[in-house]
Formats: sequence, structure tokens, C-alpha cells
Amino acid sequence: MDTTLQDLNAPHSMGTTIIGVTYNGGVILGADSRTSTGMYVANRASDKITQLTDNVYVCRSGSAADSQIVSDYVRYFLHQHTIQLGQPSTVKVAANLVRLLSYGNKNMLQTGIIVGGWDKYEGGKIYGVPLGGTLVEAPFAIGGSGSSYLYGFFDQVWKEGMTKEEAEQLVVKAVSLAIARDGASGGVVRTVVINSDGVTRNFYPGDTLPLWHEELEPHNSLLDILNAQGQSPEPMNI
Amino acid sequence: MSSSSIVEAPPKGGFSFDLCKRNEMLSGKGVKHPNYRKTGTTIVGLIFQDGVILGADTRATSGPIVCDKNCEKIHFMAPNIYCCGAGTAADTESVTDMVSSQLQLHRYHTGRESRVITALTLLKKHLFNYQGHISAALVLGGVDCTGPHLHTIYPHGSTDTLPFATMGSGSLAAMAVFESKYKEGLNKEEGIKLVTEAICSGIFNDLGSGSNVDVCVITKVGKLLPDIFQFLGRSFSLYQFNFVLNGYGTGGKRIHEKPLKTQSTHIRQCEGIHLPQEDRLVSLSLLKQISI
Repeated sequence: MDTTLQDLNAPHSMGTTIIGVTYNGGVILGADSRTSTGMYVANRASDKITQLTDNVYVCRSGSAADSQIVSDYVRYFLHQHTIQLGQPSTVKVAANLVRLLSYGNKNMLQTGIIVGGWDKYEGGKIYGVPLGGTLVEAPFAIGGSGSSYLYGFFDQVWKEGMTKEEAEQLVVKAVSLAIARDGASGGVVRTVVINSDGVTRNFYPGDTLPLWHEELEPHNSLLDILNAQGQSPEPMNI
Repeated sequence: MSSSSIVEAPPKGGFSFDLCKRNEMLSGKGVKHPNYRKTGTTIVGLIFQDGVILGADTRATSGPIVCDKNCEKIHFMAPNIYCCGAGTAADTESVTDMVSSQLQLHRYHTGRESRVITALTLLKKHLFNYQGHISAALVLGGVDCTGPHLHTIYPHGSTDTLPFATMGSGSLAAMAVFESKYKEGLNKEEGIKLVTEAICSGIFNDLGSGSNVDVCVITKVGKLLPDIFQFLGRSFSLYQFNFVLNGYGTGGKRIHEKPLKTQSTHIRQCEGIHLPQEDRLVSLSLLKQISI
């Protein structure tokens, strides 16, 4: 009982798998939806892809509180910057603001962020800001506890200049692979496509994801089967 | 060059966590800390078709002893926003009181009804600043001009927005009930029944929760017609009017707060709950319907 209570008081962390890839027209961000408090899943349908501006989104991982606060501050700074600049801010500026906060408070924060977006100067761009606050510009970025299982996968399947459909399928496949192997990732797969036309949010429920090695087909629970037959199930009577 | 007196620089602003470190060091050495008064607790919230329903048990514990058998865990934040609190009783009380005052000042400044997201941001910022040392886990629910909202706030300052939520030591038991029986578009009776079942599940299966069930329903009354006749045509037994013009505090709306009923139900009669042999009484108190 004591350990369970301790776990429930643990900081809310996002076990997580987050991915950002560029394709030949923009970027696609993808994430799972599990937020855990110790061993308990506090939120099985959380949204880890947060909007900063109309054209820049971030994927959050690590401590839920830290990443929410960092993205709130960056959204606020970016809003001011947009007003002062007079035009939409670039992805590079957003990424640098995230980096300044992460690096400047590196002793206190525990959060890994992937910044992705589209602007008219550089097109689609992905920047990774992992723990510690370094800024890495890359054609694709992965983060979170589930990313450990994806490094080899991406080395093999990544190619430049994919189409939107190819890239989205790649992201969904990758997140579902990580969900299969990482206990701290799970739930549904959310993706956000950002290009010159705007932003599209997609949602893939857990049962539409492909099954991997040794995973079983989902079966209806006994409760559903009994309810379907019209009789309400009686709990055990002693 | 004399090195006699080295003046210490005055401490910089901000909260000093030194005593927190000292407490951790002491407990590492085996010194027991005094028992805080905790609300062991099961608190829940759900969104139904007309608004939000919040529920809570009423037991407050100090270590193994129940120090308050009927405490109120559903705190007032604004006329249209209520907040359930779990964790250390002092922390939840003071944090909700403080934000409630801030919301009232904000209402005076803006002349508008408070929004749930405002309360959420104020609470989350405060809790994050204290890095989790304020042990308050909250379920915040309310109805404002943008619709019904339900949020959970954790002691470290992270928040989630959900259609149904549970917090506290009994949250696992209550969440099990919600996960099996919740669906969208519940009506008020179904919603109250589900919230009660969830809290009862926490009460029966968690040692830190017990006593009674408090339920709070927050809805939005339909468009108010200036037509007085329709209003008087209905028959109300207990009604309290707060008729405020010009939007100070209530946005020009009428607030009806009527106690629904206080009903004591023997556990035996609660549907679907399988009971122990001894006769235990659970009373559904504080069924308050708040419509705005």
C-alpha cells in the first residue's frame, strides 16, 4: 500500500515516444498519448503535441510540468516576437527560444522537446532540444523513453524527399513499434502535419495500429460478450 | 590587504528550498516527520451533457487516525467553478482560497464571469513555482462562456484536460468504475449515479477514503428570457436569487443555488454495490445544484 501511495505522489512524467520528420513539403510530428505517475497511467489520452504558433508545434517529453511550463513561456515570447516582427516567426526562432530556456535552467528542468514547423524562408524544419539544452537541426528527430527502440529502425528506413503519405505512415509505424516495446508509451498515436497549406491533426486509435511480433489480436472482454447477448453479467455471488 | 571580514552577499529573491533539503536529510537519517493532516481521499469529476459533476468523499486522516469524519473537499472557486482537493489538507485549502480571491479580483477588473482556464493557469503557475512541495492534487471543474471544462492539476504543476478524472489515494478504484461505465452525453441522473458509484468504490476499497459522499453539479441554465411570466409560472420550493445587473461578478446572469436534497441511503439499497454484512450508513449529502 505504501509503495502505491508513493508512486501516486511521484512527479507526473511522460514516458513517451515523440518523433518529428521532414518530407518534401513540410514536417510531420508524431507522439503516443500515455502520461504516467510512477506505475499508474495518469492520462491515457494526453496530447503531447502542443501548438506554439499557427505554423510551429512542439512535441513534449520528460517531466509533464516542466515541458508544459517551457512551452507556455515560449508561446508567450513567440507571440510578442510575432507582434514586434510583423510577420509569422520562423521555426528557427522558436527552437532557439526553447533552447535558451532549456539550457539556462538546465539544473532544474527535465524535459526533451522536438520543435517542428513550416515557414516561408526555410520550408519544413525539425529541431531537437534534448535534456541539457543543446539545439540540433536534423531531417528527423526522435525523443522520449521509447525512442531507444527506434534508432536502428530509422537508420534503415529513413530517406530524403518522402511524400506526405509515406512520411505519415512511417511516423505511425514507428510510434506503434515503440509502444509495443516500451512500457512507458501507449494509448493512441497522434500526428500533426504542417506545411504551406496549414496544419492537419490526425488520430489513430490503439486498435487500428499494426500488430507486431507476438502481439495478439484484441479480444472482446467477457463483459462485452455477455452484454451483447442481452443478459447483464452478475458479479460473483458467494 | 586584510581578509578579516568577508561580507556574505544577501540571498537572492525567490523561494528558498533549504529547509526542504534539511527535511529530506533528516528523514534519510531516520527522523520521523510529524504527521500532516492529509485528505487520503477519492475525488472525481466528469463532464455530462449539461455541464460538470464533481464528487468527493469526506474523510480527513492524520496518519492512521481519522481526524475529521465530515470535511468538505469541494472548494468554491467562483460561482461557476468548483475545485476538489486531495493531498495535504492545509495545502489544498490555502491554494484554492488564494486562487479564489485572485479570481474575484480579476472579475472586478474585467467585469466578466471567470473562466475555468483562468483558474487553471493561476493554480498551475503557483504549484510549479513551489516545485511539488505544496502537496495539492486538484480536480477543477466548471462551466463558462466557452462551455463545460474539467481539468486535473498535479502537485508539480502539470495539468490534463479530460472528460472524466479521478485523483487521490482512491483514484485507482474510482477510475476503474469510470472506465467501465462512462459514456459521452450522460444526463444528470446518470451522471450523479456514476459519480456516487465511483466515490463509493473509493470509500470501500481505499483505507484513506471513507464517510460520506459529496456531489456538486454545475450546469448552465438555458438562455434567460426577460419574460417574467414564464418564470413565475413554475413552482419552486426553495429558491435564492442573486439578480445582478451590469456584470459585476456574475455577468448579469441570475444564479440559482438550490439544495437538491439530502438523502441518506443504506448501502444495501445502493444499486450494483455488493455489501459487507454489517450495517453501514452512507449518506449522500450536499447535493447542491449550481446553475448559472
